[in-house]
Amino acid sequence: MINAVVVNSALPWVALLVPLIASALIVLFTQRARDLSALLSVAAVLVSFVCSCLIFGRANIGAAEIPWINLPGLLRVPLGFVLDQLSRTMMLVVTGVGALIHIYSLGYMRDEAGKSRYFAALSLFIFSMLGIVLANNFVMMFIFWELVGVSSYLLIGHWFDRAAAADAAKKAFITNRLGDFGFMLGILMVWGATGTVVFGEMLPRLGQITANPSFLTICVLLIFCGAVGKSAQFPLHVWLPDAMEGPTPVSALIHAATMVAAGVYMLVRVGFLVQASPAALHVIAWVGTITAVMAGLIATQQNDIKRILAYSTLSQLGYMIMAVGLASGEAAMFHLFTHAFFKALLFLAAGSVILAVHHEQDIWKMGGQGRNVFLTFVTFACGTLALIGCPPFAGYFSKDAILALALQRDPLIFAFALFTAFLTAFYMVRLFVVVFLGKPRTPEALNSRESPTSMLLPLVILSLLALIAGFTFFARHFLPLPDETHSIAPILALGAMLIGVALGVFLYRGRNEDPLNLTALRHRFYFDEFYGWLIEHTQEFLARVAAFIDRWLIDAGAVRGASGATWSFGAMLRLLQVGNLQAYAFLFGLGIIWVIYFALFR
Amino acid sequence: MPAPLFWIFALVMLVFGAAVVINRNPVASALSLVVSFLGLSALYLSLDAFFIGIIQVLVYAGAVMVLFLFIIMLLDLRAEERRKINWFAFTGGVLVAGSLLLQIFSVIGSTKIAHDHFPALARARVDDVHNVGLLLFGQYNLPFQVIAVLILVATVGVIVLSKRELP
Amino acid sequence: MVTLGQYLGVSGMLFAIGFAGVLLRRNIIIVFMALELMLNAANLALVAFSRYRLGPDGLPNYNAQVLVFFIITVAAAEVAVGLAIIVALYRARRTTHVEDINALKF
Repeated sequence: MINAVVVNSALPWVALLVPLIASALIVLFTQRARDLSALLSVAAVLVSFVCSCLIFGRANIGAAEIPWINLPGLLRVPLGFVLDQLSRTMMLVVTGVGALIHIYSLGYMRDEAGKSRYFAALSLFIFSMLGIVLANNFVMMFIFWELVGVSSYLLIGHWFDRAAAADAAKKAFITNRLGDFGFMLGILMVWGATGTVVFGEMLPRLGQITANPSFLTICVLLIFCGAVGKSAQFPLHVWLPDAMEGPTPVSALIHAATMVAAGVYMLVRVGFLVQASPAALHVIAWVGTITAVMAGLIATQQNDIKRILAYSTLSQLGYMIMAVGLASGEAAMFHLFTHAFFKALLFLAAGSVILAVHHEQDIWKMGGQGRNVFLTFVTFACGTLALIGCPPFAGYFSKDAILALALQRDPLIFAFALFTAFLTAFYMVRLFVVVFLGKPRTPEALNSRESPTSMLLPLVILSLLALIAGFTFFARHFLPLPDETHSIAPILALGAMLIGVALGVFLYRGRNEDPLNLTALRHRFYFDEFYGWLIEHTQEFLARVAAFIDRWLIDAGAVRGASGATWSFGAMLRLLQVGNLQAYAFLFGLGIIWVIYFALFR
Repeated sequence: MPAPLFWIFALVMLVFGAAVVINRNPVASALSLVVSFLGLSALYLSLDAFFIGIIQVLVYAGAVMVLFLFIIMLLDLRAEERRKINWFAFTGGVLVAGSLLLQIFSVIGSTKIAHDHFPALARARVDDVHNVGLLLFGQYNLPFQVIAVLILVATVGVIVLSKRELP
Repeated sequence: MVTLGQYLGVSGMLFAIGFAGVLLRRNIIIVFMALELMLNAANLALVAFSRYRLGPDGLPNYNAQVLVFFIITVAAAEVAVGLAIIVALYRARRTTHVEDINALKF
């Protein structure tokens, strides 16, 4: 069955490359034909999804590895794939959610001038994300990691004529670069210690790096820097809320479901390395905890519907990182898996609401949408219930797994996680009550209309997934589930959730403005201001020093000095050009005498 | 050739060579050049190079000199009026030429074969026209024809250069 | 008897006279004549060597004389072209003085 083998090994390549080809085709040929571009992109992601399903269904699949960089004994970087259950599931999530969001975009971006550009970037993103998922070595992963950053930049800055969007795109890119720099250093250190960048070859040589615990800790923390940037953990979380300037489907796909999960995925992928260093694990767990609590607090006082969701994403990512830090990749991936569905659902439903009220994002200018956009209302409710961890929705199972884990390992972290669960319930109920219940507060909100079918279809599918993705009978096909522990954690979590819901309903039912006014939370703990101050006072100083060196030492000294020396020497030589034939003959004779002298008389 | 004759002809050649440089009148210079070349061809004869000696007289004293004189007269060049000599340039030129000569002399003086006498020929009749002709039309046939083309090109070039522009 | 060195010395002196003429005289025709002197000085050295280093048959080495023949031919052609250039130059600039022809300077 040679054919079957060939098909099997070609499948991952097809899944990976088809979106890239679609993107290239759109950029090169179909810029003008906007609808054709959209169809190309959707078709590409559907092909990828089908391939992913086929890969998932076939147990003995192996992709051909292409040798790329091969320096014997020094460095070997193949273009190869790792196809274990983890990556197969992630492929399904990426292409599945990606496909739904592509379809949703058909409706959401219907009358968009830059539709071709949008879909090209979306396809590029799918390509890059699949690359991260499939990469079997650090170098390849890093390349796709950066490509994801690029496509994210393109999509956040899609409406580049709006200053806020352009700034947000830059902010996202630069903040990510900060983390990626650490990631790169970490990769180099791991390579230096083990002599390989391929994950599979790293495992047997782990002893070479665990022999030196402090070196290992630095390595892991540097690699974790990459995850901090990409998964928007404290203190590099500031780009994610701003990234909401991009189109809503982009927020759903990239900044909720897939890209920000890349950091978690990467940490799970190199879990053997991460778990070898207890000190690093401790740091990772606490970074996750701080992010979760801080983002939850900030989310309670935001008024932009997408920003609230963005902070809730941050908070949930904090949960996942916490789980990684508590040495349970399974729990992190489980939550990532369920979160991808319900957070994409929430964003898409929010996009539907935003479209219904004519691109208004302030929740206090909505209200009473439960009647006007009923289907959106129902699906948003599903997403909310899943997010706050209400049984039997998906979030309940995955979050409880993490909470139970935290209770087992570290009670203090558990307390914070519990508090975050309460906060989650509180701000989601606040959002839900203000947007969907009560009376419409503006004329636009009064006359809002339900979105087209192409947008509602993904919502319904995602609602179903948000409902069932957490059940063991469904999830066990996709992931190794964390062991069920019979602890008190689920009951406490349920209690915290109920308190949050009750408080939210009590405070916000029938209100027209926010009864709470917590300035620090509203200003997001002044992170942006602090970073602005920091940059002004450190970077400005460094820039001045650099400018001085550049302007006075390099420019004036080296560059102009060299050119000046050449010029003045040339001016001196120019004096010899007298134009007199006999002067030249004289010099010529002198030269000959000189040469004869050196050749014969020395 | 006996030594006195060599010295006489060498002296003639050098004195009239110097006269070429020193004379202020171009016509006198050109005529001095003829005499200098006659001395030179006598030296060629003393070296048993009869063919070269004859060619020297024919080409230089005959053709080239006529050309020089013709041009001098065409341009109607008079003797230069006595000008102030640029002593700096003068000493410089003399110094360079003199030191070059010094170097040549010291090379000759330090070379062993320079003190040798000329070996005797195998026979008195050298038949050098015959031998040069054999080489010229045998071994050096191709360069010979290339030289012919060169002369043709030079002829065309001269005509192009000296033709007046048509109005 | 005369030695090879004496011929070479005479040739060198003729060369030096020619070179001094090139350096010192301002009339371009005289400069040209001095150049001819230098060429012929080289020829004299070549013929002297041809007489000194006999061929296998005991006669002068005629390869050198063929070279001299070529030099004379090329020099004749050169004189023709050079004088034509001088005529053209004189028509354009009304001068044969090298120091007046100094357009090629800074």
